This record gives sequence, C-alpha cells and structure tokens, in this order.
Amino acid sequence: MEPYGYEYASRHLDATFAALADPTRRAILARLAKGDASVSDLAEPFAMSQPAISKHLKVLERAGLISRGRDAQRRPRRLEARPLRYATQWLENYRRFWEAQFRRLDALLHNLQAAEAKTKKSGSKTRHESASKKRRQQ
Amino acid sequence: MKKMKNSATFNITAHGDREIVVTRAFDAPRRLVFDAYTKPELVKTWLLGPDGWSMPVCEIDLRAGGKYRYVWRSDADGREMGMGGVYREVVAPERIVATEAFDEAWYPGEAVDTIVFVERDGKTTLTQTILYNTRETRDAVLKSPMQYGMAMSYDRLENFLPSLGREAIGA
Repeated sequence: MEPYGYEYASRHLDATFAALADPTRRAILARLAKGDASVSDLAEPFAMSQPAISKHLKVLERAGLISRGRDAQRRPRRLEARPLRYATQWLENYRRFWEAQFRRLDALLHNLQAAEAKTKKSGSKTRHESASKKRRQQ
Repeated sequence: MKKMKNSATFNITAHGDREIVVTRAFDAPRRLVFDAYTKPELVKTWLLGPDGWSMPVCEIDLRAGGKYRYVWRSDADGREMGMGGVYREVVAPERIVATEAFDEAWYPGEAVDTIVFVERDGKTTLTQTILYNTRETRDAVLKSPMQYGMAMSYDRLENFLPSLGREAIGA
C-alpha cells in the first residue's frame, strides 16, 4: 500500500494548484509530458534565462509535479503524474455534479423548443413565447 | 488550466488564482437558455443538486440590485440547504453577474458569478466564471469532496473516500 490517500491529496492540492497557476510552468509540464528534458532543453523555447526557468522548476518540484533523473550530468527533469491525477480527480467531481444538472437542462431546452414549434404550427402564441419576443425587441 | 476530458461541449477549468470557469454548449437558442436560468418555474426543473434532492424554493428578482434565493431539500431526510445573492448586472439574454453565498458557509465569504450566453447557429455556449475572494477559497471549493458543496453529508464523503483510495492504489 502506498502512502497516498485522502490526507495526501488534501495536503498537496494547494501546492499543485499553485504550481499550475502559472502559464510558463504549465508549458514546462506540457513539454515534459512528451519526455524527460534537461534544464537547458526546457529553457530553449522560452525567452527566459536558465535561472528563471530553474526557479519555475523548483516550484514544480516542491509540488511533486516533476522529479530529477539519475543522469548526474544532465539532471533531466521528469513529469510526475500522480499529483496531477489528484487535481484532475477533484475537478472531475465538480464536473460530474454539473454534468448531471446540465443533462436535465438539455432535456428542458429540448422540450421548450418542441413546445414552441408546436405552437408556431398551430398559430397560437404562448405567454412564454411572446415574453421572449418582447425581450428580444428591447 | 487543466481541461477536463476531451469534451467539446463541456469544460471546467481552474483559472488564475481565484476562478473556476465552467463552459457548456446547448443545442438551443440563447433566449431559451437564458429563460431556463432565470425563470423560477424552469430553474426548478433542472437545478436540482445531487440525486435525491429537490428544489422547493426558487425566488428570482431579475434586475440589478434584485435578490435571488434557492433552497434544496433532501428527499431522504428533509435536510435543507440554501443559497442566495444579489444581481449586480442583468442583460437579457446575454449576461448575468450575481453574488453567491451559501447559508451554511462551506466556504468563507461570498463569490461572484458571471454567466455569459453566446449564440451561434442556433446553439448557445454558456460560460460561467465563479470568482472567489481568495485563492484558498477557490482551492477549498475544488477540494471539496461534497461535489460543489451541496449535500454536505457524511454519507457522501464515505462514498467518495473508497473511490479515492482505489484511485490511489490502482493509479
């Protein structure tokens, strides 16, 4: 059993979200998702000095989002997927909640449109439709 | 920041330090989507919270400075949860800005909701931005295992924990 559970997730999420709040750090993670890379590899696509990149790498490292490889010369950085997965998991819960609401809303909108099509056909106007019309004219 | 799944129609992202952004496409013109969001008799049919909850109270005074109030009730034990706020801006059928605060404050202070409805080819894209007062609050909301803080019950927490455990082991 690995030492990762609810407590772990809770404690580390702040660091994860803080680390992900910066666009340069997200770009670094995107690059590392394609494979390990050294600091100079990572600095190249950015108009940034190596020390500036190193600062970002430190934040990512502290958040557990990256680690250092064994090669002592290059010290390639590696993406660590687990904290990201936790952040995703929390967002996923939020998403699942909203998706359930939105599916009901889809059904409602479908019914409203069907009702409108029907009243249009029969030529009579519902209170709802004329209210919408009025608003559009404003 | 992080996009959830590869759904073209539905995304939830944490944005900047203090925001959560929800986008969703609907196959309907925006005047209808706007109605569904602002007419109590329509809101009550879909904004029901988690399974097993209903929405007995939905009051909306749709104008700048007007108030709204929502109350949800658990079918199982009658427990209630309420929230409400004040509209800051109402531009039908394009845009709504309102404050939101829950009765049982599961996050400190109030947040500001901005909902924008954009129509294209008869379809509507909704973008809801929830701006929390601090980053800590935003992150607490994202961390909440209660699924948007609704139904703050321990049975839900218990349901949640085993799945998190599985994820940790099986990941």
